[in-house]
Amino acid sequence: MKENILIIGGGAAGMEAATQLQKMGLTPIIVEKSEALGGHIAQWDRLFPAFHPAKDVVDKMLDQVKDVKTHLNTEVIDIQKDNNGFHAVLSNNEKIDAKAVVLATGFDIFKAERKQEYGYGIYNNVMTSVELEQFFRTGKDERINNPKKIGFVHCVGARDVKVCNTYCSKVCCTTALKQACEIKEVFPDAEVYTFYMDLRMFGPGYEDLYLKTQKDFDVKCVRGRVCEVSEDMDGKLVIKAEDTLFGKPLKMTLDVLVLMCAMEKNKSIDAIQQKLGVANNSDGFMQNSDMYLGMNSTAQDGVFVAGACTAPKSLPDTIGEARSVATQVYNYINR
Amino acid sequence: MIVEGKQKIWADYQKDIPDDHYFYVRSCIRQSFWPASEVTFLDIVRNKLGKDFYENAYHTTCGGIAYHSDSIPQETAMTIIARQFALMHESGYENYVCSCITSFGLYTETLETWHEFPELEAKIRQYLWDSCKKEFAKPKYLAHASDMIYKFRFDIAKQMKFPLVNVKTGKPLKVVEHIGCHYSKMFPSKGFGGAEYPHVLVGMVEAWGGEVIDYPERRQCCGFGFRQYFVQANRGYSESNTHKKFESMEPYEPDLIITNCPGCPYFLDRWQYVIAEQTGKTYGKNGYGIPALTYEEVAGLVMGYDPWDLGLQVHQVAIEPLLEKMGIHYDPKKKYQGVNGKDLGMPQCPMHIKSV
Repeated sequence: MKENILIIGGGAAGMEAATQLQKMGLTPIIVEKSEALGGHIAQWDRLFPAFHPAKDVVDKMLDQVKDVKTHLNTEVIDIQKDNNGFHAVLSNNEKIDAKAVVLATGFDIFKAERKQEYGYGIYNNVMTSVELEQFFRTGKDERINNPKKIGFVHCVGARDVKVCNTYCSKVCCTTALKQACEIKEVFPDAEVYTFYMDLRMFGPGYEDLYLKTQKDFDVKCVRGRVCEVSEDMDGKLVIKAEDTLFGKPLKMTLDVLVLMCAMEKNKSIDAIQQKLGVANNSDGFMQNSDMYLGMNSTAQDGVFVAGACTAPKSLPDTIGEARSVATQVYNYINR
Repeated sequence: MIVEGKQKIWADYQKDIPDDHYFYVRSCIRQSFWPASEVTFLDIVRNKLGKDFYENAYHTTCGGIAYHSDSIPQETAMTIIARQFALMHESGYENYVCSCITSFGLYTETLETWHEFPELEAKIRQYLWDSCKKEFAKPKYLAHASDMIYKFRFDIAKQMKFPLVNVKTGKPLKVVEHIGCHYSKMFPSKGFGGAEYPHVLVGMVEAWGGEVIDYPERRQCCGFGFRQYFVQANRGYSESNTHKKFESMEPYEPDLIITNCPGCPYFLDRWQYVIAEQTGKTYGKNGYGIPALTYEEVAGLVMGYDPWDLGLQVHQVAIEPLLEKMGIHYDPKKKYQGVNGKDLGMPQCPMHIKSV
């Protein structure tokens, strides 16, 4: 039963699905467009809520897929289906025949410059949560120069009608609090503020992290959105916001502002997705066949989905979905 | 500041404006506040640039002040606008350009609303017919007059006699650009440069040799804000808005403020006098204020118009220090002369803000 299963995407979902499919006796083949497996998580320093090193998790996942056939720096450029299954053409000119396809294409990061009022790409000391994570990994970023006052803006590109993203990006709240604690670890004397709409601490240990952020790290959580950012003569950032709990407008000068950018659907897969006949939801993410019982299947026979290609998801959610998609594929092959 | 970031946004928010043949409508309050600005605009586009800009004596206010003050419903404002469009259509024009920022915002809002709700447009057609027996055609292109000067800014630069440069130091003048709220805050794609970093005035200043200041309260309203001023009890709020802006721009030592709204130059000009009377503080050098000019006035100055023909004597803040920085010669005796040299009389001097 060494049937080929084509997995498009080599991030957490793709790697975990491949691991499980291999254990089930199938032959997963990963096609990854970037130069390495690991996806976004490989760029991360530590994971919420327990500050666990991301590298430990990624290394374990990489070890599990070391025998899986993988095409790096490669994209699927064409795919057809007939009675024998799927026939894909890769950008490296190889061809793959597979009995099923798993779309594990993950997400893109919202481009912060689209929220022009926050001044990303205009004012030097406005950065994204991804860039801050790189600072935690490398200790290098010229924008972070012993800052005394740091702000975090939640929901950048999420729950925002103006950018046509009305959904919650799910992980940004917890990530912001994790990063707020981490920046306090690096700069204990700095004042740190987070500006949120609601703090959505939905997972195990998340609410504890929220309390820890305030009690142990003295991070100030302000309920209100930042409405504009500008720069003063010294290059410091001047922000305006509303503290909705006090019912007052607020103006503050900061050294660094971190934008918690939302997840958006990875659009680089659109052409292949269209060829496979998988539709999108109104939020732009891929549509599965049923939000309760068919979260890994699609309207197309033999095409499956896993991870953040269908909606923003945390790493545990993604791993869970990757394991369940493996079961779905196994059952499909043995139907 | 990362200039490339702004340049990218400016490139994203460009408009393809027709080159010629416009139906021009004046602003009701600009004609009172800055009567020479509209005359200068028409002189520049018609006589200096050779363009066809037609105006019709029967046009009226757009109704924007009443609409934004909640005195009339939207349908009434739309019917007034429909009548303006009917005049344009009757005059044989398809491109519409207005002098007022609030009008531009309201025309844009009206056209967008009709696009989304055609049944409302049909209702307004009926209202216009019932009230005036007129039929209208929507403009093929709607522009604000500052869009036109922006479009022709390099042609104006070719005729420039006094660039925005300090003749004593050779350095560019430092210019605060202030955009009227109704230009692009409601519909970012309708303004050059969008809503957050509009390019319409920046482009003029840079084309004419000046240097633009980006200061923390750049986006803040001038203080007019309609009900902030029209409701007498709110006028302290209006003044505090303006005060906030001046406190924020003061460290940058601006030489002038350029605006594209009827109300902004008025409030940025007059509140400087009030603040000086109340606190003794002035924001220009040596006890003077910072001149707040319309874009037509700035265009006129760089093109060599006589400052008094531009109406600069009706500003509260003295213009002479700016004229001297730019090396513009002026006759002090003519400052308060009207048509045919009629003596209009010199106004009383304020206590704290210096005048010449």
